[in-house]
Amino acid sequence: MSSFFERLSEYMSYSFVVNALIVGILISLCASLLGVTLVLKRLSFIGDGLSHVAFGAMAIAAVVGMTNEMLIVLPVTILCAIFLLRSSGNTKIKGDAAVAMFSVGALAFGYLLMNIFSTSSNLSGDVCSTLFGSTSILTLSSTDVIMCLGMSAVVMILFVFFYNRIFNVTFDENFAKAVGSNTGAYNLLIAVVIAVIIVLAMKLVGSLLISALVIFPALSAMKVFKSFKSVTVCSGIIAVSAAVIGMLISIMAGTPVGATIVAVDVAVFAIFSIVGR
Amino acid sequence: MKQIICENVSLGYEGTTVATGINFEVNEGEYLCIVGENGSGKTTLLKAILGLQNPVDGKIEFVNGLTRKDIGYLPQQTIVQRDFPASVREIVQSGCQGRLGFRPFYSKSDKALAAKNIEKMGIADLTSRSYRELSGGQQQRVLLARALCATGKLLILDEPVSGLDPKVTAELYKIIKELNEEGITIVMISHDIEAAVEYASHILHVGHNNFFGTKEEYLLSSEGKSFISGITKGEGENE
Repeated sequence: MSSFFERLSEYMSYSFVVNALIVGILISLCASLLGVTLVLKRLSFIGDGLSHVAFGAMAIAAVVGMTNEMLIVLPVTILCAIFLLRSSGNTKIKGDAAVAMFSVGALAFGYLLMNIFSTSSNLSGDVCSTLFGSTSILTLSSTDVIMCLGMSAVVMILFVFFYNRIFNVTFDENFAKAVGSNTGAYNLLIAVVIAVIIVLAMKLVGSLLISALVIFPALSAMKVFKSFKSVTVCSGIIAVSAAVIGMLISIMAGTPVGATIVAVDVAVFAIFSIVGR
Repeated sequence: MKQIICENVSLGYEGTTVATGINFEVNEGEYLCIVGENGSGKTTLLKAILGLQNPVDGKIEFVNGLTRKDIGYLPQQTIVQRDFPASVREIVQSGCQGRLGFRPFYSKSDKALAAKNIEKMGIADLTSRSYRELSGGQQQRVLLARALCATGKLLILDEPVSGLDPKVTAELYKIIKELNEEGITIVMISHDIEAAVEYASHILHVGHNNFFGTKEEYLLSSEGKSFISGITKGEGENE
């Protein structure tokens, strides 16, 4: 056991490990806060859909040969998020069908583009690391860390400031609108924030596993807790713990970062399901 | 004192007109029931009054100082709410949202108002319970307390008793009647024509021929007679 802690303290002396942990914790926390609202609004799948859209946008950026791919990925994802949240109230194409369309469509186009125009010799490796996350979380520059810190701070401040309004829009949109809230604006805010989180989280867990970060902490918390506040707080705590435990295991055991964090989230969900019965 | 004036309003959605020529007015302290067949545009009318949807034609006016913020709304329950993890306190407090302005959190007086309305609805013992664990009647009381936090002037209720058993239905009607007697104006959509003619002061019948008048006038009108007898006949056939 002592050797475990010796190894741990050795790893922690590397700044890239500390950076990875900070970014991992912040992204998981932000994703879980928004997750409560998305799960309750029956939009769990939107994270999945948007991450595939981000994957498609990433492919376009790679083909065009852009150095800063965020310039394409972030706007495209935000636009899709706005469209999907809008269409969830639309009767012509049901919200879930729209998400599914975007999700598989973007995934197919992304892979197609990467396949046809690929300049890399290791195509399947590229695709795999975009889908399942890569070790890029361990190669973060200090600019990446600062950007992530800033974005997370903004997300958390917005969340706390609009907490009561988010509750109202989530619980009863018609009532919120009737008492004079601009529900459209809050939905827009939620869409933009979730898109930003997803683009950030792609580095961490890859585009296939992002919705796990969004939905699992919220679902676990809902199994046990009964008020909105306790569910939100608990969801945040679960997300942070799972991120820390998952990343430590992955560093120690050499397992893939994203998949390990998600596995821990699933384990927590199983435990909470049993406790909450 | 007039509170709402509705002039020659036509309603519809996605290009289909569902109701035309609706005229009525609501005075302070009245109890208006909106009745009519399914699909006649009752809920669309309610949404137009609440400003959730614009009428195709005509106008709905609030007068004598009434604003949209003075309206308390009891919507029909949604699927989202059925398993929603929120305490009774959280939901009732959310009725104070119109008063928040630029403040992020509820003030002491908001919280006191919520507590008062919880007490008034007789659900004080449920304050910390989760909404999803409550019975249908208790949930309606919670939503009614929330609506009261939004207003002390006018309540708009959309089929408040649908899905409730007869005993709970009667209790809820009694509560609504008591609120009305305290001076709160009630506008209610109802399927329950018997309760409508028992409790309401005025009836608005939306359909091929619109009718608006006092309950007594409605009972004597051709619309009222055919609608009531049609319903009792329909119930007879079901038995």
